[in-house]
Amino acid sequence: MRALLHVIVRDLRLALRRPADIVSTLFFFVIVASLFPLGVGPDPALLRQLAPGVLWVGALLATMLSLPRLFADDFRDGTLEQMALSPNPLGLAVLGKVVAHWLYSGLPLAVLAPVLGLQFDLSTGALGVLTFSILLGTPALSGIGAIGAGLTLGLRGGGVLLSLLVLPLYIPVLIFGAGAVDAVAGGLEPQTHLALLTALSVGGVAFAPWIAALALKLALE
Amino acid sequence: MNWFKYSAPAAFYPLAGRLIPWFWRLAFVFAAAGLYIGLVAAPVDFQQGEAYRIIFIHVGAAWMSMFIYLVMAFWGGMGLAFNTRLSGMMAQALAPTGTMFAFLSLWTGAFWGKPMWGTWWLWSDARLMSSLILLFLYIGFLALTHAIDDKRRADRAGAILLLVGVVNIPVIYFSVQWWNTLHQGASVSVKGSSMAVIMLWGMLLVALAMWMYTIAVALTRARIIILEREWRADWVQTLSNPESAGGTAGN
Repeated sequence: MRALLHVIVRDLRLALRRPADIVSTLFFFVIVASLFPLGVGPDPALLRQLAPGVLWVGALLATMLSLPRLFADDFRDGTLEQMALSPNPLGLAVLGKVVAHWLYSGLPLAVLAPVLGLQFDLSTGALGVLTFSILLGTPALSGIGAIGAGLTLGLRGGGVLLSLLVLPLYIPVLIFGAGAVDAVAGGLEPQTHLALLTALSVGGVAFAPWIAALALKLALE
Repeated sequence: MNWFKYSAPAAFYPLAGRLIPWFWRLAFVFAAAGLYIGLVAAPVDFQQGEAYRIIFIHVGAAWMSMFIYLVMAFWGGMGLAFNTRLSGMMAQALAPTGTMFAFLSLWTGAFWGKPMWGTWWLWSDARLMSSLILLFLYIGFLALTHAIDDKRRADRAGAILLLVGVVNIPVIYFSVQWWNTLHQGASVSVKGSSMAVIMLWGMLLVALAMWMYTIAVALTRARIIILEREWRADWVQTLSNPESAGGTAGN
């Protein structure tokens, strides 16, 4: 438990020392969300309909952009190897990194999402569910993303490859996340979608780090 | 009996070479019989007209796309558990055929959908979506394993991806039961079938032909992969120039 906390605190501290990385990911999210109204036209009714999908896809892509750095720096300076050699299982360290990744990527995205939702003229209820669904869904994105980041660690063209591997696995999160917001916007209850989203996140955070650890061991050999 | 005997590439290579022609023959016989039943003998469907004959290809392709993925995941798991070289090669050899069938099932499905449902594609259909994800998973596997130069790491990384993606297979299979989809439910099950007997036979024969074809092609590809990866081994050198048998000569 202390080892886990240690990794979380360490990764957060490292991330906060390079705030430009976090901020540029967030701005990517803002820019993607702003491109759509410019592309499809300013009709408020259309934008309101597109908003859940657009914001969720933006969150997905923004999360994906920050993934290559999840292990790359630690891999380059040998920290990852030391983590693998330590008596604590590597999966635990990866779990810590996943939690930290969520704290510096998923959480800010969830905070930013309602602001962007306002641009799309979403109702208050839909804004609340949007924030909540991104909060609930992004842990799964960080977890699944860790597997992809581990598999592509140190490969040439890793970024594009990572998106090929990870985006198909993100589809269920996208469907249930955007589905929850759609449901509220359409006057239905979002509970089913949110429950499934939570299940994906719990599963993703519980299992993915151990699979990612397996992938990392391949990269370290 | 030692089950691991043929997991050595040197023993597997000649065995596969002997089996391949037989699988080709079976594939041709089943394909001829199945296509004859499907395209000539089976009557025109009273609701769906001639276009229903697409199912003779579509169902088999869809079955194979799922089945090949399961087999690849099985080989991936074996490779991770027992560290056998051949497992990774088998997964690698099956992947292009699986991709082809996954694409074929979507493609024929679109051709089916246009006359029957009035649309090529429907984003709200769970089975269509999960089949599309399957195609993406195949492509991801191919992209990942080809991006890694170290073959052993490529095999193992591919195996991990295969095992992660295998959750999609039950989703495809049960999607017509779990969700209310436009895609029709299963017409064929262990308990019996809701189709005419002759149509069922046509479908099963074509599926069998595809199965035999897959084995033949995968074995051929596995043999080539073995030669590529093991070209330094003595037995491969002996194969390519018998005079220098046992020697390490070669360039």
